[in-house]
Amino acid sequence: MHELSVAQALVEQLENIVRERKADAATSFRIRIGPLSGVVPDLLASAFPLAAAGSVAEHAVMDFVEAPVRVRCQTCGAESEAAMNRLLCGACGDWHTQLVSGDELILESVELQLPVTTQ
Amino acid sequence: MCDTCGCNLTPGNRKFAYKPVEPGATTVSVLQNLLKKNDDQAAHNRAHFDSRGILTINLMSSPGSGKTALLEATIAALKNEFKIAVIEGDLETENDAERIRAQGVPAHQIVTGTACHLDAHLVHDALHHMNLNGVDILFIENVGNLVCPASFDLGQHVNVTLLSVTEGDDKPAKYPVMFRAADAVLLSKTDLLPHLDDFNPVRATSHVRNLANTAPVIQLSARKDIGMDGWYNWLREQLAAQRALAADGATRRPAIQPDGIQLHAV
Repeated sequence: MHELSVAQALVEQLENIVRERKADAATSFRIRIGPLSGVVPDLLASAFPLAAAGSVAEHAVMDFVEAPVRVRCQTCGAESEAAMNRLLCGACGDWHTQLVSGDELILESVELQLPVTTQ
Repeated sequence: MCDTCGCNLTPGNRKFAYKPVEPGATTVSVLQNLLKKNDDQAAHNRAHFDSRGILTINLMSSPGSGKTALLEATIAALKNEFKIAVIEGDLETENDAERIRAQGVPAHQIVTGTACHLDAHLVHDALHHMNLNGVDILFIENVGNLVCPASFDLGQHVNVTLLSVTEGDDKPAKYPVMFRAADAVLLSKTDLLPHLDDFNPVRATSHVRNLANTAPVIQLSARKDIGMDGWYNWLREQLAAQRALAADGATRRPAIQPDGIQLHAV
C-alpha cells in the first residue's frame, strides 16, 4: 500500500502549484502512469481522498492516462508493445530491449480555480 | 529543460498539457515526476555519499530470503578490506541491527511501524544517526517486500535483489517492477538446491532476462560459503567503478531509474 505515500506526495505537489499560481483550488489533474512504475491507478485513486482531505485539492478530479508498455529493440531496432513481465522485441523476440514507455508516474497538468476578480 | 517556462513541452507530450478551460479556471502544465520530493531528497543523499566516496547499495528481497545472513557473511569476509556500515529497515524490532553490530560494524535500525518500504527521507534521517567517516560501502537493507521498495529512490548507486531458492523461480515474472530494477540478482541459499527440485536457476535467470535486464545472476549460499567470491568480486568492481566516477565529479544511479519525462518525450 505504498500508494498512500504517492498520494501524499501528489497532494503536496498540488498544494505547491495552487500556492505558486495564487489560485483558490485544484479542480482536476491528469496523471500519466505506466504499469512498470509499480503504482496501481485504482489504488492511487482510492488513497487520494485520504491524503487530500482538508487540502486545496480535496475536490479535485483525477484523470489517468495509462501509458502502454513499449520497448525498442537494440538488436533489430523495431519498436513494439510488450507485456510488463516479458519485455521482448515483438519483431525478433530478443530480450535486449530498452523501455520507451510504461514506467511513467508523472503529474502532467492541473486545472486550477482562480479567485474571482472584481474590477 | 525546466518545469516552469514550458520548454519541456515537445511534439510528443504537448497534447497532454493543454485542454480547453472554463472561464475563471486555468490549466497549467506540470510534467513533473509524482515522487519529485522523494527524488530530490534521494539526489541529496547520493551527493552526500559521492562526496565521501561511499558506494551505497539498496538490498531488496522478500522477507526471509537471507539479506541479513548475506550481510553477516560479507562483513566477516571483507572486514579487513573495506569499512562497511548498514542501515536496516524493518516494520519492528532492532534484531537485524543487533545482528550486524555483533559483527563489529555500525548499524542503524529504521523501524517503519507499518510502512512497507523505505523512502529517501527515512534514509536521510538515519544518516544523521550514523558516523560514516572512512566507510567504503553502505548497505541499506530495505523492508522485506518485493513490491513497494522498487518504486522509491533512496539515493543508492546500485540495487541488489535476492531471490532464495526456497521461493518460486518465477518470482521475477511475478514481480517485474522489482526484478527489472536489479543491478545484480543473487540466487541465495543454493546449498538447499539438491532438496528443492522445482527451483531451476536457469529458468530464474531467463525470467530476469525477459525483463530486458542484463544484470549478473550470482548463485550463492551465505551460510555454507558457496559462490560468495563471485559476489565479493562484484562488490569490489562496483566500488572501484563508483570511486572512478566520483573522482570525475560524476555519479551513478541504478540502471533503470527513470530519468524523468525526457526519456518519454518522443
